[in-house]
Amino acid sequence: MNSGAPPLSGPPKPQAKALNCPACGTSITLRSFGQAETVVCGSCHSILDAKDPNLAILQKFEQATRDVRPLIPLGTRGKLRGTDYEVIGFQRRKTTVDEITFYWHEYLLFNPYKGFRYLSEYNGHWNDISICKQLPLVEGTFSAAPGSGANYLGEQYKHFQTCAASTDFVLGEFPWQVRVGESASVTDYVHPPRVLSSEELNKEVTWSIGEYLYGREIWEAFRLPDSPPEAQGVYENQPSPVGIDLKNLWLTFAGFAVFLVVLMVGFDVISKKEPVLHETYQLNRADTRGEVSFVTDVFELTGRTSNVKVKTYSPVNNHWIYVNYALINHDTGEAWDFGREVSYYQGYDSDGSWSEGKQNDEVVIPSVPAGHYYFRIEPEADPTLPGIPYTPYTVDVRRDVPVAGIYGIAFIILLVPPLIISLRSYSFERTRWEESDHPPTPILQPSSSEDDS
Amino acid sequence: MTQPVANCPNCGAKIVFRWPGCVQTTCEYCRSILVRTDLDLKKVGQVADLPPDSSPIQLNTEGAYRNKAFVVAGRILYEYGQGGWNEWHLVMNDGTSAWLSDAQNEFALSVVAKAPNLPAAGQVHVGEQFSWNNQSYTVSVITPARYRGVEGELPFQYWDKTEVTFVDLRSETTKFATLDYSDPEATLYLGEFVDFDGLKLKNLRNFEGW
Repeated sequence: MNSGAPPLSGPPKPQAKALNCPACGTSITLRSFGQAETVVCGSCHSILDAKDPNLAILQKFEQATRDVRPLIPLGTRGKLRGTDYEVIGFQRRKTTVDEITFYWHEYLLFNPYKGFRYLSEYNGHWNDISICKQLPLVEGTFSAAPGSGANYLGEQYKHFQTCAASTDFVLGEFPWQVRVGESASVTDYVHPPRVLSSEELNKEVTWSIGEYLYGREIWEAFRLPDSPPEAQGVYENQPSPVGIDLKNLWLTFAGFAVFLVVLMVGFDVISKKEPVLHETYQLNRADTRGEVSFVTDVFELTGRTSNVKVKTYSPVNNHWIYVNYALINHDTGEAWDFGREVSYYQGYDSDGSWSEGKQNDEVVIPSVPAGHYYFRIEPEADPTLPGIPYTPYTVDVRRDVPVAGIYGIAFIILLVPPLIISLRSYSFERTRWEESDHPPTPILQPSSSEDDS
Repeated sequence: MTQPVANCPNCGAKIVFRWPGCVQTTCEYCRSILVRTDLDLKKVGQVADLPPDSSPIQLNTEGAYRNKAFVVAGRILYEYGQGGWNEWHLVMNDGTSAWLSDAQNEFALSVVAKAPNLPAAGQVHVGEQFSWNNQSYTVSVITPARYRGVEGELPFQYWDKTEVTFVDLRSETTKFATLDYSDPEATLYLGEFVDFDGLKLKNLRNFEGW
């Protein structure tokens, strides 16, 4: 473009306008350079026509709600998401549900280049709100039906609540015709940390999109003194403190579980499961002369340091056998002492047949280095048992076997964090939705004596 | 680009055209509305004092849209029940015209579009659907507006208006449409909502204290 155009004198630089309230004479500053439609006198709270050079009175202030004070004073400037904004308007709004009136506050922010933006505050919960540039897609004909929702920029929002919101108190200036007592139908759809709201007034629907902010972010942005009021309860679009996407969490868990299975199969494949000893012995129960222990032949455990599985089998029936083992390294004398019991009882009683115990027992000795070994075995049994005085028992020893148990333990340990996080998230979401038009069904029937407040 | 120069038939001030396609301009000194004829400029009216304005855009503001540079050459001002807005006439660097509407700092850029069978004024209602260029639009609001004035260069004559009806149509994307009933026949504008930062505007107005 050629810049040969003559220099324009141009209109004078817009300045914040100073005027006086026609009702009480207090000075009034218009901060939005002519964008205001109405301005409220900070002293007598009359609503004035900001477009009228004489500030005609549109509505006189009636109620004694002077105690309502904006947490961010009008005229305060702050930097929100990189843009400077000035607080130019404030309104308190209310809705009544089951005869309880809830109040929230809205702050109007202005930047002469970027336009308007809003902050809302309810019980210490804040939202940064701007007008939607695109039309959301509402799903379902009846927007307040449970499970209905809206889609905005490809994101799914769930219907939270529809209520009649009326303006209760106003301060400062607004780019629209604001009136105390005016009621709009407000519908909120949530997708934490965002909330999509439609506001219907005189058949005109305005959509806005809000994002949850913590009080401390507001305090930092506007450099406010002291600390923000503490947030109470869970707000409709408050991000879950869990802060983790549960789907990803469980996918990660599934990943680890698959890894465990792969590990298990892998070790099963590379385990040698090598038989090193298989012998059947007879215990002479009548031989009570004490010392019945004996040693086996020396056998070799090969390969890397690994486990040894000892299986004890005895066809006991309503009887027991106890075997004291010592696995002894022939070269170093190092010993692993352990005792195993095999017992099996069965019979009939009034409830039918029963049994207890097994004829098999197995134990795994971990981390046994390679070398030459033998067992010292010392069996015991009830010497008073009648019948054949011999109890046979078989000892089967294998080197390097896969152990499934540790995988189970690892699985359970892995399961704990996602389970705890999911439970916390579940309980947070319940608290959130209890405030909605679609409260969750109670887990337990409400008990009459308990008070959970 | 040529820079035709003429003198204001009313006050004699020099009139420089930023854009050869200009049909109408205003004299920035005496605020006469001037229409270009084959030979010279003819005064057709006078702009009353424009209402105080808070748009950050002004004549000669420059920017870019879809990699095309533009300069603001003129504007039409309207008022309606909820305030006023500007339709800034943009001259793109390929010589075409576009419109940047600024309603309370909500910016939307549109260009005139041809479509058959546009509804007549008074025959459109809110909620009605239309489809142009494979995009469906829903009538969101019908605004009776009041013409408040013009400034700078425009691609057509526009000075003797009073009431103008606008039909705004929204889509589920940032695209929107406007039916302009300035003339008996509707004029269709198709465009999209744009982000202030995305337009990379230069030579904006200064605001005291900002």
